[in-house]
Amino acid sequence: MSYVIIGNSVAAVGAIEAIRRIDKETPITVISDEPYAVYSRPLISELLAGQVKEEMMGYRAPDFYERHGVEAKLGTRVVSIDSKKKTVKTEAGESIGYNKLLIATGGTPFVPPMKGRELGRVMTFIKMDDAKKIEEMLPELKHVVVIGAGLIGLKAAESLHHRGVKVTVVELADRVMATVLDVEAGKVVQDALENAGIDIITGDTVDEILGDNMGLVNGVKMKSGEALDCDAVIVAIGVVPNAAFAKASGVEVNRGIITDDHMRTNLPDVYAAGDVTEGLDYLSGDNRVMPIWPNAYIQGKIAGFNMTGEERIFTGGLAVNSIELFGVPVVTAGMSNVDSDDLEVLKKSEGGSYRKIVLRDNKVVGAVLVGNIDRAGLVTGLIRERIDISAMRERLLADDFGYIDFPVELRKERLGVAL
Amino acid sequence: MKRVYTKEEACIGCRLCEVHCLTEHSRSKNIIKAHKKEFPRAISRVLVEELRPVSFAVQCRHCDEPVCVEACITGAITKDESGKVVHDEEKCVGCWTCVLVCPHGAPRRDLERRKVAKCDLCPDRETPACVEMCPNRALVYEER
Amino acid sequence: MKTYQLPEVKIERDKDRCIDCQVCVRQCAFEAHKVDEDGDVYSEDEKCVACQRCVSLCPTNALTIKDNTPFVKDNANWTAETQKYIWKQAETGGVLLTGMGNPKPYPIYWDHMLLNASQVTNPSIDPLREPMELRTYLGSKPDKIDIKMVDGEPVLNTKLAPQLMVKTPILFSAMSFGAVSYSVCEGLARASKELGTFWNTGEGGLPQNLYEYGPNTIVQVASGRFGVHSEYLDAAAAIEIKIGQGAKPGIGGHLPGEKVGPVVSRTRMIPEGSDAISPAPHHDIYSIEDLSQLIYSLKEATEYTKPISVKISAVHNVAAIASGIARAGADIIAIDGFRGGTGAAPTMIRDNVGIPIELAIAAVDTRLRDEAIRNRVSVIAAGGFRNSADVIKAIALGADAVYLGTAALVAMGCHVCQMCYTGKCNWGIATQDPYLEKRLNPDVAAERLFNLVSGWSHEIAEMLGGMGLNAIESLRGNRLHLRSIGLSTEEMDILGLQAAGSPMA
Ligand SMILES: Cc1cc2nc3c(=O)[nH]c(=O)nc-3n(C[C@H](O)[C@H](O)[C@H](O)COP(=O)(O)OP(=O)(O)OC[C@H]3O[C@@H](n4cnc5c(N)ncnc54)[C@H](O)[C@@H]3O)c2cc1C
Ligand code: SF4
Ligand code: SF4
Repeated sequence: MSYVIIGNSVAAVGAIEAIRRIDKETPITVISDEPYAVYSRPLISELLAGQVKEEMMGYRAPDFYERHGVEAKLGTRVVSIDSKKKTVKTEAGESIGYNKLLIATGGTPFVPPMKGRELGRVMTFIKMDDAKKIEEMLPELKHVVVIGAGLIGLKAAESLHHRGVKVTVVELADRVMATVLDVEAGKVVQDALENAGIDIITGDTVDEILGDNMGLVNGVKMKSGEALDCDAVIVAIGVVPNAAFAKASGVEVNRGIITDDHMRTNLPDVYAAGDVTEGLDYLSGDNRVMPIWPNAYIQGKIAGFNMTGEERIFTGGLAVNSIELFGVPVVTAGMSNVDSDDLEVLKKSEGGSYRKIVLRDNKVVGAVLVGNIDRAGLVTGLIRERIDISAMRERLLADDFGYIDFPVELRKERLGVAL
Repeated sequence: MKRVYTKEEACIGCRLCEVHCLTEHSRSKNIIKAHKKEFPRAISRVLVEELRPVSFAVQCRHCDEPVCVEACITGAITKDESGKVVHDEEKCVGCWTCVLVCPHGAPRRDLERRKVAKCDLCPDRETPACVEMCPNRALVYEER
Repeated sequence: MKTYQLPEVKIERDKDRCIDCQVCVRQCAFEAHKVDEDGDVYSEDEKCVACQRCVSLCPTNALTIKDNTPFVKDNANWTAETQKYIWKQAETGGVLLTGMGNPKPYPIYWDHMLLNASQVTNPSIDPLREPMELRTYLGSKPDKIDIKMVDGEPVLNTKLAPQLMVKTPILFSAMSFGAVSYSVCEGLARASKELGTFWNTGEGGLPQNLYEYGPNTIVQVASGRFGVHSEYLDAAAAIEIKIGQGAKPGIGGHLPGEKVGPVVSRTRMIPEGSDAISPAPHHDIYSIEDLSQLIYSLKEATEYTKPISVKISAVHNVAAIASGIARAGADIIAIDGFRGGTGAAPTMIRDNVGIPIELAIAAVDTRLRDEAIRNRVSVIAAGGFRNSADVIKAIALGADAVYLGTAALVAMGCHVCQMCYTGKCNWGIATQDPYLEKRLNPDVAAERLFNLVSGWSHEIAEMLGGMGLNAIESLRGNRLHLRSIGLSTEEMDILGLQAAGSPMA
């Protein structure tokens, strides 16, 4: 008996920790093409900014694999799965047998076909090595263009800014973080970035990356026709599931690997979790790729339990995002930016602070908090537990919204009984 | 495991639990120094909510399936063998993900340090400071 | 109107220690502590009632409340206090109101009595090694008992009147729900159960949730008849007819409507928010015969299963009244001296009406003995018992047991600021405000009361043993174990005491 996990990030850890809660014996093998012990991927921006040292990047203690009885094959790429023989094959040709397999290969940055994308210093930003490469280039960088004003793009921009590099962010939508923020919240964030000295161009995109005769980036040409000089480009317009090899091996893939409520794929004994999957969305009830850290952990955990035979149901992921840019914290949960007739929106904005609660049938289904985000989790809890908010409606927007606003019985239950 | 529970009917809203929690988590553990001389000041991990006459203290529940542990992007929050949900300040980067996911609103933001502060059940004491110092026994530390 | 009253206390805040935590601000219902926009805490002396709540909760001991009795030009007649009262009345035109017992420096006779101890000939008893009986029975005792022998064993052939068995001669005196908070009642009830003694509902009825403590409860029937119904009488261990109260002999009571919330209203059986007025007399009692009727009505109602007590205040002819009460059929007479506490009383009455309990106990005990009816009633003395020595002296003077009122409140946190009548008791005792009431956790109250009475009981056992006695009942009325010091011959006469230094007769 053996468990094999492809990918060595948070979904893998979720699975390992769950497996070991039930099964302390069976060997686990983790295979990853990255050469590092599991690290906190979101911290690559802090690494680049110089705020976190490499030694502190570890997501788990150095003895994690040992303590959990895991063999980690790092720097090893899996190229195919043979679900009949129950083996996976590595790039080096090694064949590794499994009884239960988890695909947790995460995402890969999407770089659209455009002229100049093969030039030197056209970068993506999702791996520790990406941060290290940019670090090496830093002395040469005076101006960097970041394509995409999503979470990753903005984090990259902030980090470079901290290192003294002039940054311009180009975004096709009319605002930053357009997928999760509405116009008002987007503006607060954009103001913070611009006040800090980052240039932001919205409603436009890069058509072509320009290079010099050494094959290095020296500018971009915008769709609007405008041209900008720069020394590097970071493409951060999104990640796509890393599922091609799986698809080729017979795993059913739509945008991501399709999983059921046990995190099983269509192939027997093959599970998938994390950014590579298209799992259930708690609020919409549809399957979709939800590339966020907590979701990857939870899916990994559910997969892990089910792999041991301990049945656990994945009740669906809830999109939560937390980011702080230049001292302005922004959090979103659920349907933070969906327009629909059946939704009711409560909002309040004052002095750089913004609070928005989205309701459907007297239940919270989405929230955005900017500035004062204290105790935001109370609202997230209301979403996750589908609590009727009729009794506390008036208080949802209050800065000091708290348990005191909950119906007494509910509050007592929540405070008296551990969830 | 033992947890801190609040007894709403006995909570008098004095907020001494906050004062003593802050002190316990200060460098000097001296109440006057902790409040007047230490910068940045420690922050209390317990919060008293009040709408007179009702008041009660809220702190980390040390959940059985803690969502903060699952969500923490740095691995700073873990659940130890005893069941305690512990937070490693060194690792914390103040991303506030736990603040966003904790259904009790328990993790508090320490803005000066840009770290989260949450109840650690006072590892240096037999009974957490808030429980011991509550003048009206509105907090209890027990197994339920 | 601008007040001419001068602050009587000074609040000293040690700014080096104050951490601006605002605990004092939150705790003071009189708003003597405030916080300004900068978060700095400051105090206003004139609002302070010296209840010491802030001082005891301040986590850094930054606060001290000091006496600030205003200096008035040397005058024994027009003292600061006299002037304060005049200013107050000149500003309000009303009756001066106050709470707690008589604070005036009248003689405290307890402090003029000394206890005996055995030496050599009648060795003392060590209560830690030998049995010591603090238990006593309260109720009417027969003139004689008849014993018959059954199978060579003696069997009591006399039907005894119902008795209250107390494990220690200390009971909690009447404090009505309404005047005191629910938590006080619960604390008293729970402590009584633990201690094997009794608490007394006072005239406010028995809150529904406390019926389970009925076997340790004395219920009162007072002139307002609040909360009196058959289950109430049935629930109790004994019933007390309240005629008078030491703090305000001769006058009734008045619980303002603000204190009549839902639970008080249900318990007292009066509409929410209405004033609860207890008339000065019982409108059906104008003679000892009338009293007797009420006593027997209550006995009938409870089928002669419970002792009936009659509580009176200690006044000039207390001995004759007690005799009448005994003859009217009461099982217990409770006498409340002029230091007895109250939730609210007119100051002039509290401070000027009634007599000290010490003299009343002696007078009543002597009179009942002289009339050979002492056995027909037990005597419970009340009114300002401060410590176990007062208690044991009261028993030596002739009481069967004592009632603790103020001492019980002090045990629960009362600092005798005498603001009971305002309803803003910062200690959660004399209040119905839910925000303030929470401050007294019944768990804590019960435990503190238990501790206090246990401590006193240990001391009483020690002192009894020291006298060579092994049962509290052996001391009752045994005035030879007392000697007086610094008293006039008349006082000694009334107290039935010899001077310290005179030999055992
Ligand atoms: C800069 C940045 C900031 C982020 N910030 C946040 C944030 O603040 N909050 C948040 O919730 N989320 C954040 N995310 C997203 C979050 O990091 C991901 O959701 C999470 O890492 C997904 O975890 P995973 O385990 O599914 O996969 P991944 O972390 O993507 O890991 C997959 C691993 O599998 C390896 N792999 C892929 N294919 C193969 C193969 N064929 N053979 C072997 N190994 C393979 C990959 O190299 C990689 O190491 C951020 C992401 C980035 C890049
Ligand atoms: S921080 Fe919140 S989610 Fe985490 S263990 Fe404590 S109460 Fe639970
Ligand atoms: S704020 Fe700190 S503890 Fe909370 S999720 Fe972020 S890194 Fe973890």
